[in-house]
Amino acid sequence: THPLEESMWLVLAIAMVRFYMEKGTHKGLYKSIQKTLKFFQTFALLEIVHCLIGIVPTSVIVAGVQVSSRIFMVWLITHSIKPIQNEESVVLFLVAWTVTEITRYSFYTFSLLDHLPYFIKWARYNFFIILYPVGVVGELLTIYAALPYVKKTGMFSIRLPNKYNVSFDYYYFLLITMASYIPLFPQLYFHMLRQRRKVLHGEVIVEKDD
Amino acid sequence: MKHYEVEILDAKTREKLCFLDKVEPHATIAEIKNLFTKTHPQWYPARQSLRLDPKGKSLKDEDVLQKLPVGTTATLYFRDLGAQISWVTVFLTEYAGPLFIYLLFYFRVPFIYGHKYDFTSSRHTVVHLACICHSFHYVKRLLETLFVHRFSHGTMPLRNIFKNCTYYWGFAAWMAYYINHPLYTPPTYGAQQVKLALAIFVICQLGNFSIHMALRDLRPAGEWPAPGKGGMVVGRLGKGGSHLPLLSCLPGSKTRKIPYPTKNPFTWLFLLVSCPNYTYEVGSWIGFAIMTQCLPVALFSLVGFTQMTIWAKGKHRSYLKEFRDYPPLRMPIIPFLL
Repeated sequence: THPLEESMWLVLAIAMVRFYMEKGTHKGLYKSIQKTLKFFQTFALLEIVHCLIGIVPTSVIVAGVQVSSRIFMVWLITHSIKPIQNEESVVLFLVAWTVTEITRYSFYTFSLLDHLPYFIKWARYNFFIILYPVGVVGELLTIYAALPYVKKTGMFSIRLPNKYNVSFDYYYFLLITMASYIPLFPQLYFHMLRQRRKVLHGEVIVEKDD
Repeated sequence: MKHYEVEILDAKTREKLCFLDKVEPHATIAEIKNLFTKTHPQWYPARQSLRLDPKGKSLKDEDVLQKLPVGTTATLYFRDLGAQISWVTVFLTEYAGPLFIYLLFYFRVPFIYGHKYDFTSSRHTVVHLACICHSFHYVKRLLETLFVHRFSHGTMPLRNIFKNCTYYWGFAAWMAYYINHPLYTPPTYGAQQVKLALAIFVICQLGNFSIHMALRDLRPAGEWPAPGKGGMVVGRLGKGGSHLPLLSCLPGSKTRKIPYPTKNPFTWLFLLVSCPNYTYEVGSWIGFAIMTQCLPVALFSLVGFTQMTIWAKGKHRSYLKEFRDYPPLRMPIIPFLL
């Protein structure tokens, strides 16, 4: 499915560029690409299956975290909280995701064909150095922008009393989610840096023992 | 008598760590570990993993030197298992936490609910009943850890205590918060529901206790080369099932027998299931969830059930591997199903 996913993200990239060229603004960008984005990103659930059955070397947990955070951003934030759809931060993470995914899937596709141009490998293991932080900033700013609306509307929340004796406050959940970027992001980032050293510079990394 | 020489190398760096000469052929790995500790006191026996191959399996404490496939100069590879903590310590901490934490919520200690509720008491009978059940459950576990369970391994990695306590203490606080909340809603079907749930809970608690007693009797107190932790031995009957906590303070032998039903009707579940103690444990929590009609309790039961199923399947597999004549009707945890 990798060539398929590759073309999906290219389609998305082209759609985004065309929109900007035609309209000259990012406002309304999200609205125009949203169906495509949602379809593609949900399709990415397949990634987890790939890891489970082993055709991709990534661990299920890493892929799971990645895909969950994407689904969360697309469906639980951007789709559900209309007022923030025209924020600049949305474009920020969309661009970061698009470039990352195009690079990643062309890497996988070319690897499958056993014909990997060094440039693609170089891109896959270097672009992330900028793209990861950019994407994270975009995501965090978007969530932050959404907070006032969440608090005001009380969306996705359950209050006491109720017959199942449980409560959930989406506002606090979002705060905790933002805080969780602090431990999670460095782990993913350093993981990629380690991979980069191994692949590009042939370093032998002594893994920590279980 | 021919003596052996034993050299111990670091499994990762192959550095020579220790050389022992004049080792008796019938020396056990446990004794070799004790000798190794003398030269490297920071690596007490419980944190040593010795193996014949750097990437191979750990040798057991009771393995005898001359029975191993080694020449008269044996090379063993050492891996540091990291700081270890005794099972008993872990269990006592894990279980004392929920007991105490639940009571903080029950008595509505300040800063949990609004100030006007400080030290007030719920007007619902079920809330008091729930406190009794929850507390009873953990007191029972503490007493079992001290007096019933027989362990065969002494220790586990230190980081487990943080992981385990977060789980137990976290869930206890989460459940207790809602059950003891001033806005708690009692069960939809009232006293009927509570009575039924209580019956399930009590039956399963008795069942669980009966199984623990039956399992303890499978392991007669015996000779044990105590790995230096004050004569305590903590057990693992097979790979997955660390949780058959067995007697903490009494040494247990390593002979394993198939558990069978006894005169106690609660043990008759052994006819259908390999790990009835887990079956009863899940049952207890389901009872508690019905009694309190509290979603967090149901979630806790679900998570616990998932973990216990994994352990039960592991234990079931090792029973099947070890015993040719293992009763075929038995399932790991749920009769006929799972």
